[in-house]
Amino acid sequence: MYTLLKQIAKAGIVSEPPPETDEALRVTRQRLDDAILEQFGRSLAIRHVDPGSCNGCELEIHMAQAAHYNLEGRGIRFVASPRHADMLLVTGPVSRHMKVALLRTYDAMPAPKLVVAIGDCGACGGGIFGESYASCGAVSSIIPVDVAVPGCPPTPLAILQGILTAITK
Amino acid sequence: MSLDDLTTQPIPGAVSARFALVSEAQLRAACERAKADGGRLLALWGCDDTDLERGFALNVVLALREGLLCLRLPLAGEHPRYASLADLFPAATRMQRAVYDLLGVHAQGGTDTRKWLRHGAWPEGVFPLRRSVPIDAAFAPADDRYAFVRVEGEGVHEIAVGPVHAGTIEPGHFRFSVVGEAVLRLEQRLGYKHKGIEKRAEGMALDECARLAARVSGDCTVAYAWAYAQAAEGIAAMQVPMRAVWLRGIALEIERVHNHLGDLGYLGNDVALAFGFFQFWRLKELVLRLNAALFGHRYLMDYIVPGGVARDLPLDGPQRLYELAATIESEVKVLRGIYDEHAGAQDRFIGAGRVAPELAQALGLTGLPGRASGLAWDLRVNHPIAPYDQLDVRMAIHDQGDVAARVSVRFDEVFESLRLIRAMLGRATAGPVHEVVPVAREGGFGIGLVEGWRGEVLVALETGAGGCVRRMHPHDPSWQNWPLLERAVIDNIVPDFPLINKSFNLSYSGHDL
Repeated sequence: MYTLLKQIAKAGIVSEPPPETDEALRVTRQRLDDAILEQFGRSLAIRHVDPGSCNGCELEIHMAQAAHYNLEGRGIRFVASPRHADMLLVTGPVSRHMKVALLRTYDAMPAPKLVVAIGDCGACGGGIFGESYASCGAVSSIIPVDVAVPGCPPTPLAILQGILTAITK
Repeated sequence: MSLDDLTTQPIPGAVSARFALVSEAQLRAACERAKADGGRLLALWGCDDTDLERGFALNVVLALREGLLCLRLPLAGEHPRYASLADLFPAATRMQRAVYDLLGVHAQGGTDTRKWLRHGAWPEGVFPLRRSVPIDAAFAPADDRYAFVRVEGEGVHEIAVGPVHAGTIEPGHFRFSVVGEAVLRLEQRLGYKHKGIEKRAEGMALDECARLAARVSGDCTVAYAWAYAQAAEGIAAMQVPMRAVWLRGIALEIERVHNHLGDLGYLGNDVALAFGFFQFWRLKELVLRLNAALFGHRYLMDYIVPGGVARDLPLDGPQRLYELAATIESEVKVLRGIYDEHAGAQDRFIGAGRVAPELAQALGLTGLPGRASGLAWDLRVNHPIAPYDQLDVRMAIHDQGDVAARVSVRFDEVFESLRLIRAMLGRATAGPVHEVVPVAREGGFGIGLVEGWRGEVLVALETGAGGCVRRMHPHDPSWQNWPLLERAVIDNIVPDFPLINKSFNLSYSGHDL
């Protein structure tokens, strides 16, 4: 126990300030009224679905929750059910095999809800995987997207920025 | 194994491999002898050669003591079929099912002939990897029913999980049959992420396809990029500058380190030691930031390209890597001590998800989980390609085959990779880091094989008209290891599944293609 506490003290707090929001990432005009955004701003519950990524974006979503980026410290947390979620974070091209699962997840979320598409594949055209017999391409081809964050994969800071942009007025 | 009655020819390239065109009887005989001699099935895939008026072909790669043996069995254009190899190599089962789903090439006598990669995206009787099917073919959603094996008896019930999981994880379906909390049987259904990578590769320029290969499984992008480059360079019969070879080795070991750090963090998290997650991921972030500064990408994507690497280290690169290695090493030593002394963590790790060495051997477990179950197989040791042939890699091995063993192998490999990174930095003399790849000839065949952090990553490549890709087949070691995860959880309790699963950390994307 002593070495554990010593390690925590030695590592210290490494969390860095959050990024500024970026309106250029917004795909759809903000659909939520101010009163709701007030609430989201304080506590946001995110459901993540990977309907076909290469798993690169997932690595950075994990990292956004680690000490340097401290996502939970901003009142944002990932939840295990779409029923509990305000926002859907989607990575990758949408494989045709995952289309139904993505739609069901989206439908299971209570309104009002936000969608953030993460990564080049999810943000536009399916990235290098494109559209094909097996891939529907971008997330917006299946469900409405509020904010799209490009990058292969986008950095944790960019992901955080996309999430924060989606909940600003 | 004697290859006397097979006419084999060497496949040019970095990997020690031979090729033979075989009859069905020769294929069977070669597999039987390989099996008797302790060889393993590495990969199995099909190819539509009807455009060359040659029907279809089945490709089988065996790992033998003396190197790789690539066997190609030509098959008729009408009703292509071959005798199942699953009785010799159980790992062949799912690969054979995938070959049928994609190409309509049938394995006769296989015990499990259910669909595997096909869900609802295309109907039965359509085979998307056939040349007659255009890549943008769109089909009405098809029936997605699947016959899971039912376990019956008093008190038995099913728990269905996925494809969407509770955390930030790739999609797949797990069907548990349980009594109380104990798992009687787990059946996986994978293929949800199938996004047509192999079809997409057809007709791509060689350098463009390198980017695709690097995204087969994003967490082992270096291993895939290197294996792809080996295959492409083999076809071009070119040598890569030595400095590029050293830098490739450094990149691969960095990839191993950051993935192991990530897994060790999550293995702590999964036993309610959130401290582990925050500490290990803090260290992982230090690695990723230096990657971005020195190599131009946090995960080193597109750093390895056919012909060499994308850029040389900056002048202060080696010094910064030495310093990072020293920091990681001293901190991980402390963290290992904390994990080892933590009664709660060890209570969960020890004995959970055990794969006995005999079972691992019989079913063909490979890579990191294989080494944790006593299988002394690491390409960097058994068949070292440059630069590993000059490094004397020390293999990490354990014989318990449980979560604790897989944790231990990860710790040992982190330290060994840090040692290798230092050794390679010290020996990488100055020189060019890239050479132009000549236009590939039509009909070239190359193969690449790299010991990625999960295990052996294979990329086979065929070139067509204009030096473009005619067929690319990437193979992830997860194909071999997923079935063993089904075995590992038997008699464990359901709440230990996430921990056991994480201790394997297999790829969905690399498997589903």
